[in-house]
Amino acid sequence: MWEYSDKVKEHFFNPHNVGKIDDADVVVEVGSAACGDALKLYLKIDNDVITDAKFQTYGCGSAIASSSVLTDMIIGKKLDEVKTITNEDIVKILGGLPPAKIHCSVMAQEAIEKALNVYYGKAAEEKLADGEYIVCHCFNVSNFKIEKVLKEHNLQTVEEVTHYTKAGGACGKCKPNIEKIIQEYYKKGAAKKMTNLEKIERIKSVINSEIRPALQNDGGDIELIDFKNDVVIVKLRGACGGCPMAKMTLKNFVEEVLKEKVDANLTVEEE
Amino acid sequence: MNREVYLDNNATTKVAPEVLQEMLPYFCEYYGNPSSAHNFGANVRKRIDAAREKVAQLIGALPEEIIFTSGGTESDNTAIHSALATQPNKKHIITSKVEHPAVLNYCKYLEKNGYKVSYINVDEDGNIDLPELENSIRQDTAIISIMYANNETGVIFPIKRIAEIAKNHGVLVHTDAVQAVGKIPINLKDMQIDMLSISGHKIHSPKGIGVLYIRKNLKFKPFIIGGHQENGLRAGTENVASIIGLGKACELALKNIDYENTKVRELRDKLECGLVEKIKLTKVNGKNAERLPNTLNISFKNVEGEAILLYLNEKRICASSGSACTTGSLEPSHVLMAMKTPFEYAHGSIRFSFSKYNTIEDVDCVLAEMPAIIEKLRNLSPFQD
Repeated sequence: MWEYSDKVKEHFFNPHNVGKIDDADVVVEVGSAACGDALKLYLKIDNDVITDAKFQTYGCGSAIASSSVLTDMIIGKKLDEVKTITNEDIVKILGGLPPAKIHCSVMAQEAIEKALNVYYGKAAEEKLADGEYIVCHCFNVSNFKIEKVLKEHNLQTVEEVTHYTKAGGACGKCKPNIEKIIQEYYKKGAAKKMTNLEKIERIKSVINSEIRPALQNDGGDIELIDFKNDVVIVKLRGACGGCPMAKMTLKNFVEEVLKEKVDANLTVEEE
Repeated sequence: MNREVYLDNNATTKVAPEVLQEMLPYFCEYYGNPSSAHNFGANVRKRIDAAREKVAQLIGALPEEIIFTSGGTESDNTAIHSALATQPNKKHIITSKVEHPAVLNYCKYLEKNGYKVSYINVDEDGNIDLPELENSIRQDTAIISIMYANNETGVIFPIKRIAEIAKNHGVLVHTDAVQAVGKIPINLKDMQIDMLSISGHKIHSPKGIGVLYIRKNLKFKPFIIGGHQENGLRAGTENVASIIGLGKACELALKNIDYENTKVRELRDKLECGLVEKIKLTKVNGKNAERLPNTLNISFKNVEGEAILLYLNEKRICASSGSACTTGSLEPSHVLMAMKTPFEYAHGSIRFSFSKYNTIEDVDCVLAEMPAIIEKLRNLSPFQD
């Protein structure tokens, strides 16, 4: 069984805003029964403000919890504010998700993105664009979608792409093609180095989705304080605070993960 | 209810207190090495041979046909390895699409190393396609490895018939009988099986002990190389206490086989009927096939298995699921997929597996909790029919 955070369990066992809105202004559905998770989102919008949101979700614990958190995040918000919600924001509120469950938060983010597109009258991207083709036929994932997650989350491996999009997660036949897309994407983009802003975004994402859940398992926690000249400054919290092994954790775990996932030049220091 | 309702006995079982009792002296008192020249070790050896005899009795074999291993996986790997190593000209293996990973993933590994594998289909009830199996046999088929009974659905395969087909074509037969042993009568005098795997922890002995039955006079090449233990067929100092425990467990299993097929079956049937009656849109997987008496694999349409397990876990009910999310893979159980179970059912499958330690109270507890859990999750679901 997965180790879920208390927040995930709370939203799974007592989800907020479950149900339908009969006179909704927008109704969208993402996912499908075949994929094992699906989310139907109902929105009531007044004067560019989401006045009500409800959901129905078929899926595992983290899919239901992600949907519940999403509705909490958007009720009462202006559409402009909602537009910028990322799946990492959802993961953060949930206190982390296991890596193999990140796609649940992506599904929730996609639902709100699709809802806004429908509301603004943009045709939801049902048809494939020019140059777009399906890479993973099991989960209907296109090369554009894979490039999108590569760009947004600076993913490096096929496994990470699978965690975010499910692509390659079933029969696995498309894994070599995903690998090729990753290589070509970074060949194209190799010239442009990550900006500081991109690095910070990526560091935040890795801390929230991988480092914090691991530390929280041992009763600890970590907070990102600052970032300059490739030095990540953090504060250890909870059980990690006074732990004599904290220095080891910082260098051997936190720094190693960030080096691998973000940039090999990073070092980690405690505030 | 202030205790676990344990209905996951196909995953592992409780060690029987009688088994533990039998094992205890072999840690601190009789700790001699069975290979030693002194009586202190030789006496342990005698007890190992007694255990070997009990294992043999349970499956209708001879004691010298039994070797002890570290478990079902090692036994499965060893059987296939030996069949290939003793017939170096034969490069083809036949197995089924619904095997345990101990066979399936070993076959996939062999495929990467130049061997060819035919994975035989099953029908919607989980029955194996015997004509396809026979037609798949080639000149260079080294072994047919088909499980005795499926761990997820409990569907029993016609191993005796499969062995006949194999013998007609001069092909070796191995069966992974990990789930079948102790649950249904098995008599190897009745059929021409060459090798058979047993796991200790599925029949109330500890984890980390298993058996490979190797028919007398069968050519055999060991998988684990080292000392001369187990007659030179499996190296490594014997896991003495666990072997003694497994012997006792086999003795108990033999006595208990009627109880499994009457009382345990009754409990399973009561749970099955109760769930089907109380909850609509269910599907008992493998319902029309012959099944183990202890296994119920049931799907609830439009709910996801992991979500069900999380609720059951809150009620301290232990079961398992073939849903994708439970295992971390993204596809539901390979067994249910091979049975062409529709996705909306496959993702919502729950396996309840019983042992002699279960009671009618366990069944009543699940029947009391399950309808509300399914209703709650269905109310959450966008798919309502």
